[in-house]
Amino acid sequence: MSAVHSDEIPALPPVPAELEARIDEVITHYPVSKRSAVLTVLHLLQENLGFLGAGTEDWVAAKLGLQPINVYEVITFYPMFRRKPAGKNHIRVCRTLSCALGGSYQLMERFCQQAKIDRSHAHHHDPIAVSPDGKFSIEFVECLASCGTAPVCMINDDFYENVGTDEKVTELLKKY
Amino acid sequence: MSRRFPHPRERRLVFKNVDREGWTNDIQAYLNDGGYDDLRKALSMKPQDIVNEVKTSQLRGRGGAGFSCGVKWGFIRPDEKKPVYLICNADESEPGTFKDRYIIHQDPHQLIEGMVISCYAVNARLAYIYIRGEFPEGARILEKAIAEAHAHGFLGKNILGSGFDLEIYVHRGAGAYICGEETGLIESLEGKRPYPRIKPPYFPAVLGLYMSPTIVNNVETLCNAKHIVRMGGAEFAKIGRPNNTGTRVLCVSGDVQKPGYFEFEVGALTMGELLYDICGGPKPGRKIKAVIPGGSSAKVLRADESYKIKVKQPDGSMADKMLPFNDIVLDFDSLAAVGSMAGSGGVIVMDDSRDMVWALNNINEFYAHESCGQCTPCREGSLWMKKISDRLVAGLGVQGDDKNLLNVADNIAGRTICAFGEACSWPVQSFLQKFPDDFKAAAKNHLPEGARTALEALAPEVPHGREALAH
Repeated sequence: MSAVHSDEIPALPPVPAELEARIDEVITHYPVSKRSAVLTVLHLLQENLGFLGAGTEDWVAAKLGLQPINVYEVITFYPMFRRKPAGKNHIRVCRTLSCALGGSYQLMERFCQQAKIDRSHAHHHDPIAVSPDGKFSIEFVECLASCGTAPVCMINDDFYENVGTDEKVTELLKKY
Repeated sequence: MSRRFPHPRERRLVFKNVDREGWTNDIQAYLNDGGYDDLRKALSMKPQDIVNEVKTSQLRGRGGAGFSCGVKWGFIRPDEKKPVYLICNADESEPGTFKDRYIIHQDPHQLIEGMVISCYAVNARLAYIYIRGEFPEGARILEKAIAEAHAHGFLGKNILGSGFDLEIYVHRGAGAYICGEETGLIESLEGKRPYPRIKPPYFPAVLGLYMSPTIVNNVETLCNAKHIVRMGGAEFAKIGRPNNTGTRVLCVSGDVQKPGYFEFEVGALTMGELLYDICGGPKPGRKIKAVIPGGSSAKVLRADESYKIKVKQPDGSMADKMLPFNDIVLDFDSLAAVGSMAGSGGVIVMDDSRDMVWALNNINEFYAHESCGQCTPCREGSLWMKKISDRLVAGLGVQGDDKNLLNVADNIAGRTICAFGEACSWPVQSFLQKFPDDFKAAAKNHLPEGARTALEALAPEVPHGREALAH
């Protein structure tokens, strides 16, 4: 997977039948209103397909009986949803006060240096930076709710705490 | 985190099983320990009697606002014709707070048992756990625990033969702090942008999820419901202090030797005891400078200050008393009396090596990022406060920037639909009030020669400048 820096959103690939069956199952968790399933369906699509490609809003809207705009406004609001591929492994570094006191800005620098990620183009509307080989991507996120073990980060779904040294970062990157 | 033992002064109630030797988060460990016995007891009681026990217990919500749980439940009419819903607010995201994480990961059945009891009390047949998106493992643990509870007949149809039916589902958020605000959470659960609703009329207990009566409670609050049923409300009310009953999980982070989570009877100790006896005091050679006592929205306190409080005299009259910082009792009312709040229990400590302008800027960036954008004062103001503190940190302050900051903050609080307006202004107001000299010094005119505006000076080569321009 290569890094995408343009504003173009790659298309949503066909949704595999197995994934669609899981999506149909989670929709039953919302017996009063299918619309409630929007976030859950988007999570499943992103987890399995890597990002929410162009056409996601139409697919989800058709599935839930909504207008595409109803899905689009959700995708664009919530920070965890992305419209472009991230790296093969996505790193989230906590930026907020307790972690910043514990060295989270230095942690971000260490990750970028060791994984050779250039964050200079990252900004509020496109916060994710990807390494040239596509193996890692990184972003700052707000409080991850583990302030007592600062600094903390997530790699994919895995959570790591007390990761304030060069050695820790090397060790973490080796795991993936 | 490696396992740690409770401090001798702790009283572990909701954190009883956190870090417990030999403990696992599966249902067998929970059942071996008498798990779900309190549910059996609850189901033998009348729902209204449980609500009354919770009222007697004087339990106050643990999410931040400290509202009476029994009063909240009492808003649901026993003869309500619409369906009633219950939502567990597990969107733990107030900076400085990290308690629900451990309950969810290590003791999910305590939460589920508390939820089933609470649902029975308010007659809710459908409940959701709204868990923040950044807890994917927590969501999986809860889903497994729900399946186990189902298999044992603690959830589903006709729970333990009582005739009471309940389904609980886990719903994941997606990285937005505003979803912790209960009406924003409800909008989010309805599949929309989490724009908070205006109150009145949208009090959740009246017009909540799907415009039906809805109870939204924090994880720790719902766990307490289980203990109240076991002990009885009157017995529970003996823990802690009047109007500040029960235990409280305090989360300490920042510049102390031993940060962590601790559960105490509410009001059982003072700020000084927490910081020095429990957390080992400041790092070697340092002094504690500032403490945010209840999550980043709570007003900052100066560690070298004494606070004027009102105390009741033996004859019933009120008199002023000066209270040193270290003697502040950690409960809802005492922290409110010194001008801050107990909030979510997140205590953030900063020592004398810290730049208060930098610290406030970090907080400002958080709120600028998290404002939902619905109300103009907050959407614009939170960004302006960040921009101003950005340039102060970058050494490009403009004369009067300290007053500018305060002016923006003063025009947000009280002018927004939800409490986010207060949450983002209180840090600014309190940092400027407590550390005026730090901000005055930073607000001297530092503009480089020839630059007309601070923004123009924030060129890409200047630290923070690029990010500031991007906004």
